[in-house]
Amino acid sequence: MMANVSFTLNGKPVSLDIDPDRMLLWALRTDLGLTGTKYGCGQGQCGACTVLVDDRAVRSCVLPVRSVEGKKVVTIEGLSDNGKLHPLQEAFVEHDALQCGFCTPGMILTAYSLLLRNPRPTREEIVRGMDRNLCRCGSHSRIIQAIESAARIMKGGT
Amino acid sequence: MIRDEHKDRDSGHVPEFPTLSRREFLQSIGGGIIIFFTVGDASAARGRRYPEDFNAYLRIGEDGRVTCFSGKIEMGQGIITSLAQMLADELDVQLQSVDMVMGDTSVCPYDMGTFGSMSTRFFGPPLRAAGAEARAVLIELASEHLNVPKDRLETKDGAVFQKTDATKRVTYAELAKGKIIERHLEQEAVLKTVAEFKVMGKSFNRTDSVEKVTGKAEFSGDIRLPGMVYAKILRPPAHGARLKSLDVSAVERLEGVQLVRDDDMVAVLHKNPDEAEKALAKIKVEWDLPEAQPDDVSIFDHLLRKASRSNTAERKGDIDSGEKLADSVFEKTYLNSYVAHATIETHTALANVEASKATVWASTQTPFRLQQELAKVLGMRQEDVRVITPFVGGGFGGKSNNLQAVEAARLSKLAGKPVQVCWSRAEEFFYDTYRPAAVVKIKSGITDSGRAVLWDYQVYFAGERGSTMFYDVPHHRTLVYGEWRGGGGVHPFATGPWRAPSNNTNTFARESQIEIMAARAGMDPLEFRLKNLKDERMIGTLKAAADKFGWSPSKAPSGRGFGIGCGVDSGTYVSTMAEVEVDEETGKVRVKRVVCAQEMGIVINPEGAKIQMEGCITMGLGYALTEELRFKGGKILDSNFNTYEIPRFSWVPEIETVLVKADDISPQGGGEPAIIVMGGVIANAVADATGARLFQLPMTPERVKAAIAKSRSLAASPALP
Repeated sequence: MMANVSFTLNGKPVSLDIDPDRMLLWALRTDLGLTGTKYGCGQGQCGACTVLVDDRAVRSCVLPVRSVEGKKVVTIEGLSDNGKLHPLQEAFVEHDALQCGFCTPGMILTAYSLLLRNPRPTREEIVRGMDRNLCRCGSHSRIIQAIESAARIMKGGT
Repeated sequence: MIRDEHKDRDSGHVPEFPTLSRREFLQSIGGGIIIFFTVGDASAARGRRYPEDFNAYLRIGEDGRVTCFSGKIEMGQGIITSLAQMLADELDVQLQSVDMVMGDTSVCPYDMGTFGSMSTRFFGPPLRAAGAEARAVLIELASEHLNVPKDRLETKDGAVFQKTDATKRVTYAELAKGKIIERHLEQEAVLKTVAEFKVMGKSFNRTDSVEKVTGKAEFSGDIRLPGMVYAKILRPPAHGARLKSLDVSAVERLEGVQLVRDDDMVAVLHKNPDEAEKALAKIKVEWDLPEAQPDDVSIFDHLLRKASRSNTAERKGDIDSGEKLADSVFEKTYLNSYVAHATIETHTALANVEASKATVWASTQTPFRLQQELAKVLGMRQEDVRVITPFVGGGFGGKSNNLQAVEAARLSKLAGKPVQVCWSRAEEFFYDTYRPAAVVKIKSGITDSGRAVLWDYQVYFAGERGSTMFYDVPHHRTLVYGEWRGGGGVHPFATGPWRAPSNNTNTFARESQIEIMAARAGMDPLEFRLKNLKDERMIGTLKAAADKFGWSPSKAPSGRGFGIGCGVDSGTYVSTMAEVEVDEETGKVRVKRVVCAQEMGIVINPEGAKIQMEGCITMGLGYALTEELRFKGGKILDSNFNTYEIPRFSWVPEIETVLVKADDISPQGGGEPAIIVMGGVIANAVADATGARLFQLPMTPERVKAAIAKSRSLAASPALP
């Protein structure tokens, strides 16, 4: 039942002896102590648990640990560079694109993945790309503005 | 002028206070200059006594940093920033040098809870006064220190200096060093005038956002203690279900799993939450299901049957005379459903119950009430129970209920180790304290010239807040049956406060009725409102909204899909205009544009206030269009976001917010007011677009289609003689 699963987590190699059918969310939050990734619904419906796997936004609450074997996983803790905020993080701060902040890590990582594939998205493309991430406080308009502004600053880079 | 609604702020639960002593506080926080102050809020008027006559304090530390200790909590509404702004301004320090310590019962004095848009209104004024008092103390100390008379001194950026020679200066840190000075705020301190504001009235980014964008911000579920375990609790399939048989043998054999039973509670503990859940699923259990109860369709008749006593909330003139004066009379009934809080963070707590003390981290809006509950459940003295409130991931009233923390504490006591309870999304839907389903009946009348003369208003189970009539109607009364707290076996499950309790339902009904009358009078809905309003604050917001929206008068239905909604909540006035598009084939409503004008007295953080307005508008789309709890036979049929739809990015309209200047009025509430109009404004816009009137929220596609079909069949049938 237990198996070894190895992957890169926020740039560092990780090796876990774990039931590989367990969901990545819980491995991150409990086994690895990275609590920035949030539980919101457990069924991949809200996006609070979003992480990057090989630069794509995925829902870690429905992703078995086995499927990240050999891959590159980035959580919200791994986005800033030596304490320097990523332009998306900066833009969320600047635009006050958050209230309670619980959905925020998932929002930022979903936006990161979106901008990587589409560095200059239109407003509609941002809306479409973010539509499966839920926010209850109603910060949506400002999140869209923050993503637009980050896209301008990043000029296609990451 | 609208009277303030104090009655429904709290659960009515009057706690006893732990005997907090000032000395204990002083010991725990060390030296500095400390100002104690009492918050003169509604609860004081209700005969409550605060411990040692203070219930908040601030300290200027030896490092010059200013700390405000408050029992309030931060759940997204932004008081962590706006309260700090007030203090920074009165004290003449930079916003960055203010630390907020919130919701920790061991270091923060008593607070009844964070709800009712009260923090700025009621905590704000004494906090500012305390800041001003602290500044006066600092000037006194500086006067001695610099040997300069007080009136020749000035303060800026955390230092006192001589007006004529700024080199003669001393910092707050230097003044606080090696001292313990305590002051009690007794008389009114001299507050800054609006013209003197340097930090208040200006927009600042949230002070908690860097933590929140980096994942460093700790919520209750993020706290880790050595040896802690995660609990999953056996839940009934329906409210009112009783345990018939239980077989836990499969779980007892599992490695790493601890089974805990305590009366009605059966739980499994494991060092991983997901494995606890897996183990729980192995329990074999049978339940006796309850007798059939009302479901989401029959609930409204059930409520009307259960309504017995009413209280007259308001009466003016006489209903019979109003009816005689009226040329047209309208009798309508409005329905509103149960809605869930659906915060993205589910109810979560970590409890560490030891032999003689307990520490509980909880996502709660009421840490002190929780402390009291826990003391009772654990059989401990209140002072031995410490509740710490990390960041709360959304509340909206739902986290005034603390069941998850009580569960965690019971389990921790039994297991002898720290236990986390984090409700699943299904548990969150099942145990939520919903906004109650409600019925409003209105009989109203107008003269042929469009003057409202009769308003007979009856509200069932929504509650009184927001039912006060601010339109100028000579003959009116408001009868209130039941309230939002539930109780008395009326609702099939728990109900409670939901962002602006009562007011969403009352405003939906009132504003719909107003536009029905305007349409009959053949008047533009804005003109009709202005004709029937005397309240200058409301007139001011209406005109501001109309200006921003670019409202041009037209008789309804104009086909443009424009609607108006007005309301008052927490002392704040709101007028909102919306434009919608209705797909008559599918019944789907798309809100294209919303303009909201709000007058809330002095505004502390304009950007923060606008964020709350935007949040209200966006969240309000949900209860207006989709949110409705489905239930049958005690079962809650919604268990996740796939069936219970909350607003998404693709729903969000173009939002414009206007703050109407009113610096002669003290700051009013901001977290709730703008949500109250959303049902009414969209219903009015839908009627304007289609000619079809909806009398029930949410306005689902099915209901919209049915209303359109009904209005067409009425139009096609020959007019009655």
